[in-house]
Amino acid sequence: MKTFAMGGVHPEENKISTQAVIEDMPLPKQMIVLMNQHLGAPATPIVAKGDKVKVGQLIGRAEVPMCANVHSPVSGTVLKIDTCKDPFGVAKPAVYINVEGDEWEESIDRSADIKRTCDLTPAEVVARLKEMGIVGLGGATFPAHIKYSIPQGKKAEYLIINAVECEPYLTSDHRVMLEHAEEVCIGIEQLRKALGVPCAYIGIEANKPDCIARMREVAATFEGIVVEPLKVRYPQGAEKQLINAITGRRVPSGKLPIDVGCVVSNVGTTFAVYEALQKNKPLIENILTVTGKYLPSQHNYKVRIGTTYNDIIKHAIGELPEGTGKVISGGPMMGKAVSNLDAPTVKGASSVLVMDEKESRRAPETNCIRCGKCIGACPMGLEPYLFSAMVRNGRFEDAGQHNILDCIECGCCFFSCPANKPLLDEIRLGKNKYRGILAARKK
Amino acid sequence: MSNVVLLAVLVLGITGALFAVVLYFVAQKFKVIEDPLIDEVAEVLPGANCGGCGKAGCRAMAEAFVKQGNMDGLSCPAGGSAVAEKVAAILGCTPAQAEPQVAVVRCNGSCANATPKSRFDGLQDCAFAHSVFAGESGCAFGCLGLGNCARACQFDALGIDAETGLPRVDEEKCVACGACVKACPRGIIELRSKDVKNRRVFVACRNKENGANARKSCSAACIGCGKCQKVCPFDAVHVENNLAYIDFTKCKMCRKCVAECPTGAIHAVNFPPLPPKPTATPQTAQPVATPTKVEEKPSQPAAESPKE
Repeated sequence: MKTFAMGGVHPEENKISTQAVIEDMPLPKQMIVLMNQHLGAPATPIVAKGDKVKVGQLIGRAEVPMCANVHSPVSGTVLKIDTCKDPFGVAKPAVYINVEGDEWEESIDRSADIKRTCDLTPAEVVARLKEMGIVGLGGATFPAHIKYSIPQGKKAEYLIINAVECEPYLTSDHRVMLEHAEEVCIGIEQLRKALGVPCAYIGIEANKPDCIARMREVAATFEGIVVEPLKVRYPQGAEKQLINAITGRRVPSGKLPIDVGCVVSNVGTTFAVYEALQKNKPLIENILTVTGKYLPSQHNYKVRIGTTYNDIIKHAIGELPEGTGKVISGGPMMGKAVSNLDAPTVKGASSVLVMDEKESRRAPETNCIRCGKCIGACPMGLEPYLFSAMVRNGRFEDAGQHNILDCIECGCCFFSCPANKPLLDEIRLGKNKYRGILAARKK
Repeated sequence: MSNVVLLAVLVLGITGALFAVVLYFVAQKFKVIEDPLIDEVAEVLPGANCGGCGKAGCRAMAEAFVKQGNMDGLSCPAGGSAVAEKVAAILGCTPAQAEPQVAVVRCNGSCANATPKSRFDGLQDCAFAHSVFAGESGCAFGCLGLGNCARACQFDALGIDAETGLPRVDEEKCVACGACVKACPRGIIELRSKDVKNRRVFVACRNKENGANARKSCSAACIGCGKCQKVCPFDAVHVENNLAYIDFTKCKMCRKCVAECPTGAIHAVNFPPLPPKPTATPQTAQPVATPTKVEEKPSQPAAESPKE
């Protein structure tokens, strides 16, 4: 079985919510839709206080290229346009909507039947992705219309679908593949045609045999979709590692996947692409896993984007259990602890992971013994212990010379460190400082 | 045999003499004439290389002094007047010293005022914490309390107070070199004039959110109500972006704003207690008007478990 060439770890999988069928989350009373849910500049709100909006109506327009449209996930009245603190307490522009009924835009096809044919040209597909505010749902929330507009002089040779879901606990992609395999494949086919590549590869880790079987069965009815089982290894779902696992190519330092002829999309994104192209539905919902070893029940929800973490937790499990240590948005390896549960979810949110005090606590830090485990674990071939020493001594320039910016922040170094040194924290600090130096130099 | 010895001595002796001549002329050609005053001035400077003067270090400062020949516009904050006099004696000019300053901490988000709603267990570094989240209290402008300023201080004048979780400046030791100002990722520390009696009035808050949101994270936050601006007879207080700022060049220290502030965000330091009012404030400048207690949010969601 294929896998990537260098580094990686295998954390405990803990995929305990795989059997939970995707449920619909009921609508909350109030929605907060952030205007900055994607990589790039925030969208500009185009509604005013007191306006009536429908589900799927455009409320934030992308006015610069690196931006994505934002649509109303509910119907109701706009309460105010103000800032709202995101899950980490940082204030961002947002539109507050008071939910009234559930009235959808007429243009959106809400029927359950699956539409296979699509007669849009590649340019029209890209325009539709832009209009519908589709962004990459793997975590980076990169606007899809930019990803699928191949720059002049470059050529896509591979379309790779990321269905690896290598993070422990997360099962939203797993459920999407089981329940919406055909829609996903239609989405993939349209993206493949838009790019003009002969074949799309779906990378799935071997710990999801049911997904591999289901996707193979459906993909057989399509042309040019190959399911590629991969050996279980974290961080296989990282873009560069997945490209390496499937094609054997390596993205050079500072380059993008398209420089080696690859385009990678998450499987959740392809489902959103299907809905945007065939059903005319903007990105207003995503699939979210609510999980944790200590929770009474495990869930996968279809959530309107803009529901607050508190609403989700209340609906799923009522109260947070006694002794909760952390609530994490995303997986345990790359996710971030949420410090403000009143914050709304965003397009890229994939899970609400609840850990108890013991599981979430960091072990006490001891001294580095130069064992080199972090180097062996780094999938990018970097030297985390060296960065740690450089950052502690303020040598950010040297860290930059040693390619600190190539770090993908997967956390393998921290995970593997027997001294429990906060290597990733130090590297993140070093990256920030070095970026600051580069920016200052540019001026 | 003796020939060999003689030859060796001759060869080495001649090459040695040759090199000596070459080196002599090279040394003459590339001679660097340095003013001996520089060494003398460098000797009396503190030698901490703190960078408070704006130069790369004490040696660079000594060079600047000697080059200029007088002390206009140059001053060593770490050395103070004692060093200024010594330098003036060497240079033969009148001693000049910039107005003495001291670091003030413009945040009052102590554990009591800004109750922590989450707990941070990552790398204990303010710059890192600042890049990750708003802070344990939820205030995105306030002190993170992880001590970057204290680590930057070379004069042992700054330390994190265990009780309040805020940095505390030792006014005796602080030389106003500005290292802590640069170290703070949130720009909380400011250098302000020491004044003759070592008194200061300043707004101990940096929160630019609107009043309601600012009060949610900290009970001692500036809510931008503008009362201080109205009451100030000297036009020293200005509210901009929901935040008041007192210009110390205009402030006459009448303390009218201190009494007016509804949240106690304005601090008056080193003043004797106000005589006429019975509720007058002692040194630490508690607000005269007791802040109306904001209703605590029931079961504030603890991101990471609430701190005791």
